[in-house]
Amino acid sequence: MIYDIEYETMPREALESIQLRRLQATVSRAYATVPYYRKKFEGAGLKPGDITSLNDLQQLPFTAKQDLRDNYPFGMFAVPMDNVVRIHASSGTTGKPTVVGYTSRDINTWAELMARALAAGGATRGDIIHNAFGYGLFTGGLGVHYGAEKLGASVIPISGGNTKRQVLIMKDFGPTILTSTPSYALHLAEAAEEMGVSFKDLNFRFGIFGAEPWSENMRREIEEKLNITAVDIYGLSEVIGPGVSIECHEAKSGMHIPEDHFIAEIIDPATKEVLPYGETGELVITSITKEAFPVIRYRTRDITSLNAEPCVCGRTMIRMNKISGRTDDMLIIRGVNVFPSQIESVLMEIEGVEPHYQLEVDRKDNLDTLTVRVEVSQGVFSDEVKELQRFGGTIAKEIKELLGISAIVKLAEPKSIARSEGKASRVIDNRNI
Amino acid sequence: MQAEQISIFLENKAGRLSEVTEILSDNGVNIRALALADTTDFGVLRLIVDDNAKAEEVLKNAGFTVRKTNVVAVEVKDQPGGLHNILRTLHKAQINVEYMYAFVRQSGNNAVMIFRFDQPDEAVKILSENGEAIIKGDMLYSM
Repeated sequence: MIYDIEYETMPREALESIQLRRLQATVSRAYATVPYYRKKFEGAGLKPGDITSLNDLQQLPFTAKQDLRDNYPFGMFAVPMDNVVRIHASSGTTGKPTVVGYTSRDINTWAELMARALAAGGATRGDIIHNAFGYGLFTGGLGVHYGAEKLGASVIPISGGNTKRQVLIMKDFGPTILTSTPSYALHLAEAAEEMGVSFKDLNFRFGIFGAEPWSENMRREIEEKLNITAVDIYGLSEVIGPGVSIECHEAKSGMHIPEDHFIAEIIDPATKEVLPYGETGELVITSITKEAFPVIRYRTRDITSLNAEPCVCGRTMIRMNKISGRTDDMLIIRGVNVFPSQIESVLMEIEGVEPHYQLEVDRKDNLDTLTVRVEVSQGVFSDEVKELQRFGGTIAKEIKELLGISAIVKLAEPKSIARSEGKASRVIDNRNI
Repeated sequence: MQAEQISIFLENKAGRLSEVTEILSDNGVNIRALALADTTDFGVLRLIVDDNAKAEEVLKNAGFTVRKTNVVAVEVKDQPGGLHNILRTLHKAQINVEYMYAFVRQSGNNAVMIFRFDQPDEAVKILSENGEAIIKGDMLYSM
C-alpha cells in the first residue's frame, strides 16, 4: 500500500520543483538562524540567494558529525527552545552524544514519513505492530510508534529487552508486524525456539528491521526463521530518525528515499567529489522541510549507492541500496579496507553457520591480524577434529578469496558470542591506532 | 552391533570440562569411557555413558553442542599382537580408523577398544568374519 499517493508517486519534474523551493527556504533559514551555517557559508563565499538550481547544492559546504559535537548540545537548533517539543540524542560511544530537536511540525513530518515507511513495509490500519526498537533518547522506538499511530495500526510499545516476556506477548497478542534491529529479531527467534514457541504458529506477516547494517543472507535467515517477509528501514537521528528510507515489500530491492523531504547525494569519502547514480560512496543528506534541526549536506558515513530506476511498487522516489559499511567502521587491515558486513556475507554463504560472529583485530610484531570468531552450531558439529578444522579452513579460505587477507578462524561454543539487544558490536580493535 | 558415543564441542577455557562432568554427575549419568581430542583453540570430548539419551538431553539443555556418533567396541586379547591383528585385518579391507581409545573396564581377560571407522558397517562385518568379538552397545553401557 502507498500511504501518500500524491507525493510518493509524483513525477520527477514536479518533485524537483518542490525540492528547489524547499531547499532555498531551508538554506535561507539555516543561514539566518544558525551561526554555524552562516559562518560555513561565509567561509565558502556563498549567500542563500546563490542557490538557484538543485545543482547549486554541490557548492554548499558539508556538515560532519564533529560539527554537531562542536555545537553540543543545542547550538545547531534553528528555532528558539520555546518551539522545540522533543529532544533525541544518539549514543555517545565515540564521543559526546549528538543532540537533535523537533518542533511540533517536525514530529508530524516524521510521523508521516514513518507511516509511509510502515505502509511500504507491508503494514495497514488493521495490523498489530510489535515494536521492539528501544524507546528513549534513541529515535527507533518513538519513530515507529508515532508512524504506526499515524497509519492507524495498533502498536505494542514493547521496546527492547526482556525477551521472554516479548515471546509471551507475541503468542498472546498475535502481532502481525515486527519492528526491531535484525540481530534482535534473530535473538527473539532463538528465545522463542528455546521456549518451545514456533514462529509458524504466530501471526507475523512482515518484519521491518533497521538501525544496524545487515546482509541479504541475514534477510533470508530471518525470513526463514520468523516465517515473514523482511524489509530494511534506514534512518539516523541527525537527519530525523527512522524513515529516511524504506524498502517496499514488493521489490525488496533498495530503500526509497522520501525526496520531498530529503535530498540524497553520494560522494567519494576521500575526494568529496559527488558521484553519479549507481556508484558506491558515502551517503550525504540535506533535509528540506525540517524546522528545529535542519541539516545541510550531512555526511552520514554510511556507504551505499543510489538507484534511479523505476520500481515495481509505483513509487517514483529514488532508492538507496543496502548499507554496505560505514566509513568509520571500516577497518584497514594490512592496508585492505574491510567492512564487517563483507565478512558476514561470507559466513552466511556457508552452510550451517550461525549469523553471530565477532571480529578481533590485533597488531603483533607490527603486523595486523584478523581473528574471526564463529559459533559451532549443532548442524556443523562433527566429532572429528579434522572435520571441524576443515570447516574453519573453508571460512578462512572464503575470506581470503573475497578480501585478500588471511584471517584466523576460531570456533566458539554456541551462544558464547555476546548477543546485542540493540546495535550489535561485532568488532574489537585492539590496535590502539 | 554398533555402540553410541556422545561427542561434545568444548572451547579451550578453564573449567569447561568440569562443567560437563558436573552436569552428568548431577543427573546420575555414569561415564564408562572418555577421550579428549584437542587443538589449540577447541576440543572434542567423546564419552561412552550408561544413559545416552539423558546425557544428550541434559548437556544440550545446558547449551552444549552435542552429537551422537556410532562407534564399534572390540575385544582385544591382552597379549602381544592383540591390537595389531585387528588393525591388520582392517588395513587389508581398506577400512580407516578415524580415532580409537581404550575402554576403562576389561571384558573377562581382554581389553576393550572403542573404534570410530569411516565405514562402520563394513568394519563390523570384516572383524566378525575374522573371529574378533564385538561388544554390543547395551552390554557396553552396563559393563
